[in-house]
Amino acid sequence: MGRYVIRRLLQFIPTVLGTMFLLHYLTSLAIQFSGNPVRALFGDRTPPPALLQAVTERLGYDDPCLGTRGDPCLFRPAETGSGLFGSGYELGLFFDRLANIFFRFDFGINLRQREVTDLVADAIPFTLKLLVIAILFEAIVGIAAGVLAGLRNGSFTDYLVKISTVFVISVPIFVLGLVVREFVGVKFGNVLRGQDWIPDVISAGMFSPGFKADYPWASLIIPGMVLGATSLAVTARLTRTSIMENIRADYVRTAKAKGLATKRVIGVHTLRNSLIPVITFLGVDIGAAMAGAVVTETIFNVPGIGRLVTMSARTGESSVVIGVVTMLVLVVLIANLLVDLLYAVLDPRIRYE
Amino acid sequence: MSTDVNVKLDALPGLDPKALPLQVKNLQVEFRTRNGIAHAVNGVSFDVRAGETRAILGESGCGKSVTAQAIMGILDSPPGFVTGGEILYRGVDLLKLPESERRKVRANRIAMIFQDALSALNPVFTVGFQLGELFRKHRGMSRQDAKARSVELLDLVKIPAAKQRVNDYPHQFSGGMRQRVMIAMALALDPEVLIADEPTTALDVTVQAQIMALLAELQRERNMALVLITHDMGVVADVADRISVMYAGRVIEEAGVHEIYASPAHPYTKGLLESIPRLDLKGQELSAIKGLPPALTNIPPGCAFNPRCRYAQDVCKQDPAPALFQVSPSRTAACHFWKEVKGDE
Amino acid sequence: MSDLSSAGTAVGGAPVGGDGPTTDAPGSGGQERSASLWADARRQLMRDPVFVIAFLYILVVGSMAAFPKLWTSQDPRACNTDRSRISPSWEHPFGFDILGCDYYSHAIYGAWPSMVIAIMATGGIVVFGGVMGMLAGYYGGWVDAIISRAMDIVLSLPFLLGAIVFLTVIKRQNIWTLTLVLFLLAWPTVARITRGSVISSKDLDYVHAAKAVGARNSRLMFRHILPNAVAPMMVYATIVLGSFVAAEATLTFLGVGLQPPAQSWGIMISVHQVYFLEDPWLLLFPCGLLVGTVLSFILMGDALRDALDPKFR
Repeated sequence: MGRYVIRRLLQFIPTVLGTMFLLHYLTSLAIQFSGNPVRALFGDRTPPPALLQAVTERLGYDDPCLGTRGDPCLFRPAETGSGLFGSGYELGLFFDRLANIFFRFDFGINLRQREVTDLVADAIPFTLKLLVIAILFEAIVGIAAGVLAGLRNGSFTDYLVKISTVFVISVPIFVLGLVVREFVGVKFGNVLRGQDWIPDVISAGMFSPGFKADYPWASLIIPGMVLGATSLAVTARLTRTSIMENIRADYVRTAKAKGLATKRVIGVHTLRNSLIPVITFLGVDIGAAMAGAVVTETIFNVPGIGRLVTMSARTGESSVVIGVVTMLVLVVLIANLLVDLLYAVLDPRIRYE
Repeated sequence: MSTDVNVKLDALPGLDPKALPLQVKNLQVEFRTRNGIAHAVNGVSFDVRAGETRAILGESGCGKSVTAQAIMGILDSPPGFVTGGEILYRGVDLLKLPESERRKVRANRIAMIFQDALSALNPVFTVGFQLGELFRKHRGMSRQDAKARSVELLDLVKIPAAKQRVNDYPHQFSGGMRQRVMIAMALALDPEVLIADEPTTALDVTVQAQIMALLAELQRERNMALVLITHDMGVVADVADRISVMYAGRVIEEAGVHEIYASPAHPYTKGLLESIPRLDLKGQELSAIKGLPPALTNIPPGCAFNPRCRYAQDVCKQDPAPALFQVSPSRTAACHFWKEVKGDE
Repeated sequence: MSDLSSAGTAVGGAPVGGDGPTTDAPGSGGQERSASLWADARRQLMRDPVFVIAFLYILVVGSMAAFPKLWTSQDPRACNTDRSRISPSWEHPFGFDILGCDYYSHAIYGAWPSMVIAIMATGGIVVFGGVMGMLAGYYGGWVDAIISRAMDIVLSLPFLLGAIVFLTVIKRQNIWTLTLVLFLLAWPTVARITRGSVISSKDLDYVHAAKAVGARNSRLMFRHILPNAVAPMMVYATIVLGSFVAAEATLTFLGVGLQPPAQSWGIMISVHQVYFLEDPWLLLFPCGLLVGTVLSFILMGDALRDALDPKFR
C-alpha cells in the first residue's frame, strides 16, 4: 500500500505541472494570435491608459514572449546577470504563473482589479450545494437502477434502464436543462404557485425556474438533478454491466456453494466487486460535474463558479476565465488522485501490485 | 472436530442416518439457450458410500461439472434447469426441499471444491474472512472465534504460517496453496460428502500429487464420501474406488477401478485407456478416439457414441439408446456389444 | 483517470459509453478471419432495425449538410422582422424565427457546421490519435512513457473547461477554431484505445510468426497489428461523432462557439430559449434535430460494437 501511494504521489507532480503547462500554452497561443485580451475587453471604447497598463502588467500580459507566435514562454533572456547556469536565460512567464499560483495563491484579477480568489470564494457555496445534490442523486438512483437491471438481465426493468439511459446520454445537458427549466420550473411551477395549500418551499423554491436566494437548497434540487442526469445514466449502465459480469463469476458460485443466503451472495460477494468501477467513476465524476456546472448554473442562473466562468467568457473577461479554470483543474486533479488512492483501498489486487 | 453439529439439519424430514450419504437417480439437466435446448445431463445415476471415492470420468462438455452443480444446487438458472430425477442425501430428496432448507445442506453436509481456486475465491476479501464467514453464518460464531477456527483450518491443510496468512488475499497465495485454501473452505463445516470438480487440473504435476495426497488423507481421517470429477485417467487410477464414465450427458460405464482398467466393457472407455501413452508400448502408434464429442443440442439418435465407435452396427444408430447392461454383479455398461468389447482384449 | 466517460459528460452530451469500446474485438487469426468478421458484422448490422433507422437518419442529416439546396429553396438570411415568430404553416413548415427568417431553411443550413466540425475533428483524432497510440503500443519503452504521459495530461483537463478557456482567449470563434479545440483535447482517447489493442495484439502468435520470417516494422504494424485496432477505433469514432455534435452545440449555447449570424442548431436554441412558453416550436425543432443526430450516432456505435464483438453473438 505504502509503495503504491508514494508512486502515485510522485506521478501526481508531473501531471499537475504538465496540465498547468497545457493550460498556459493554450492561453499563450491564443493571446499570441489575437493580441492583448485586456484591450479587447473594452470593446470600442478606449480604455484609460493607466488602467489598461495596470491590469496588463498585473496579469503578466506585457511579457514579450506573448508577441512571438508559438513561443511556449518557458524562458526569457535574463535582464540582469547571466541567468540560469550562465545560459543567459532566466525562468519565463510560465514559471511566474506557477509561482503566483502555488506560492502566493494568486489566480489573477478581474477588470475591476478584484482577486479571482475572492470571486470564487463568493461563488463556491452555491456550486458545492449543487454538486452534493448531483452526486447524491446520480449515485443513489444510478446504482439502484443499474443493480436492478443487472440482476434481472433481459427483464422489462433491464430494457427500460437500457433504453432510458441511452436517451438521457444522447440529450446534451443544456437541452435537458432548458426543457426542464421551462416545463418543470415555469409551466408546472406556475400551476403549483396557483394553489394556496402548497407550501412555498415547494412551489416557489423547488419548482422555481431558477435559483432563489430564499431557498438555497430547495431551489437547487432540480438543477442538481439535471447536472447529475448524464452521469446517472453512465453510472446505471456501468453498474449494470459490472453486475452482469460479476454475477456469473466463479467466486459467486463458490459463495452459493458455501450455503450463504442469496441476500449475502448478492449483497456482499457480488456487489462488493461490482461497485469498484462504479465508485471510481463517481469519484472522477466529481471533477467532471464541476465542469458540467458551467452549463447547469448558466441555465438555472445559479450564482456559482460555473456561471462566473460563462459570464466572464461572454464578456471576454479572459483573465477571470483563466484563473477560475486553473483553480477548477487543480481541484479535478486532486479529486482524481484521491480516487486512485480510494481504488487501492477498494481493490486489494492493486494495493499489492 | 465435529462437536457442534447443526441441530436443524438432523430434523430434515425423512432423514435416514443409515442411508447412503449421496445417491443420484436418473438426473436430467437441460440448458435452454437461444440456439435450442442443450441436454447436458440425460439420466445420470450413481451413489457413493462413506469413506469411498467415486470418480466421474469424461471429456470436457460431457456433463460431469453440470452434474456436480446440480447436486450442489448452484446451477445458473436460467439457462440451466433440473428437469427430472432425484438427488438423495441420506434418503432425503434435495430437489424437493425448499431453498431455505437446501441451503443448509450446502457446505454443512455436501461441500464442493472448484477447479480454478484463483477465480473461485473472492479477490477482494481476505482468506480469513471467506473461511470465517462459514462459521459465522452457519454456526453463529463471533468474528474472533471464526478467525481462530480459520487459522486451525489453514493448519489442517498444511499451509505454513497460518496465523499470518489468514489475513492475506487470494492472489497473494501460490496456485497450490490457493487450492489448499479451497479444500479448507470445503472441509470447514465437516461435510459428509465432498465433491471435487477437477481439483488439480490448473496445477503443476508435482503440486497435483501433493493436493491429491492431502485430499486422500483428509478423506480417510473423516470417513468422507468423495466424488472426484476429472478427465485425468492417471488421477483416477491412484485414488478412486469406483468409476462412472460419462459421455454426452450419460453414464456409459460403471465399475470398480480395477475392473475398468483390466477390461473395459464400453468402446469409449476402451478408447480412453488406449489413448494413454504407455512405456511398454513405446514405438507403436498411439490410438486416439476419432472425431469429436457431439454438441449437446444435437445428440445423435441411438447410442451417442456410435459415430465414433468401431463396434457400431445398425442397432446402435436407432433409439432407444442402449440401457445399462449388467456386465457382472458389480458393474454395468451401456453397450449392445459389451461382450465383444470386453473379450476383445 | 478522467477518461472518456467524464470527457463525454462534461460536454454535456454523449458519454462515449460507460462500458467503453472493447479493445479485444477481433480475435487471433489472419486476414481471412478478420474479413469474415467484417462480413458477419455487416450482415448483422443490416438486420438490426435500430442501426438501420439511425443510419438513415444520419444520411438525411448528412445530405442536409452537404446539399442544403436539395431540401429547401428558401434563403435563411432573407429576413423580415414583420414576420417575427409566425407559427409553422404548409409553406414554412418550421415557421419564422425572432428576426423573421424562415426557420426551416435555417435548420437545414444549420446542419452543416455541426457535421463539418464533427467530421473534421473526428478524422483528426482518429489519424493523429491512432498514430500516437500505435507508436506508444508498438515501441513501448520511453516512446510509450512520453506519449502516455502526454495523454494523461490532456485527459486530466476537463474537456469543457479547456475549450472555454481556449475559445475565450482566442476570440475567433469559428468552425476552424472549434474543430481545433475539439481535436486538441480529444485525441488521447483514441490513442489510448489504439495503444491498448496494439499491445494486446502485439503478442499474438501470428505477429511473432511474421516477425520471425523477417517482416519489417512498418509491415508488421500496418498489415498485422493495425487491422486489430480498427474495430474498436471505429466504434469509438462513431460515438465520438455524436459527442462532437453535442459539444459544438453546447459551446455555442454558452456563447463561446459559433456566433450569429452563422446558422447552427446551437444558435437556434440559445437565441430562442426565452420564447419557449409562447412558441415552443422555436425550441423543439432544433432540439429535436440535435438530439436525434446525437442519439443516432450513439446507437450506431452501440450496434457496431455489438456486431464487431464476437462475445455478443
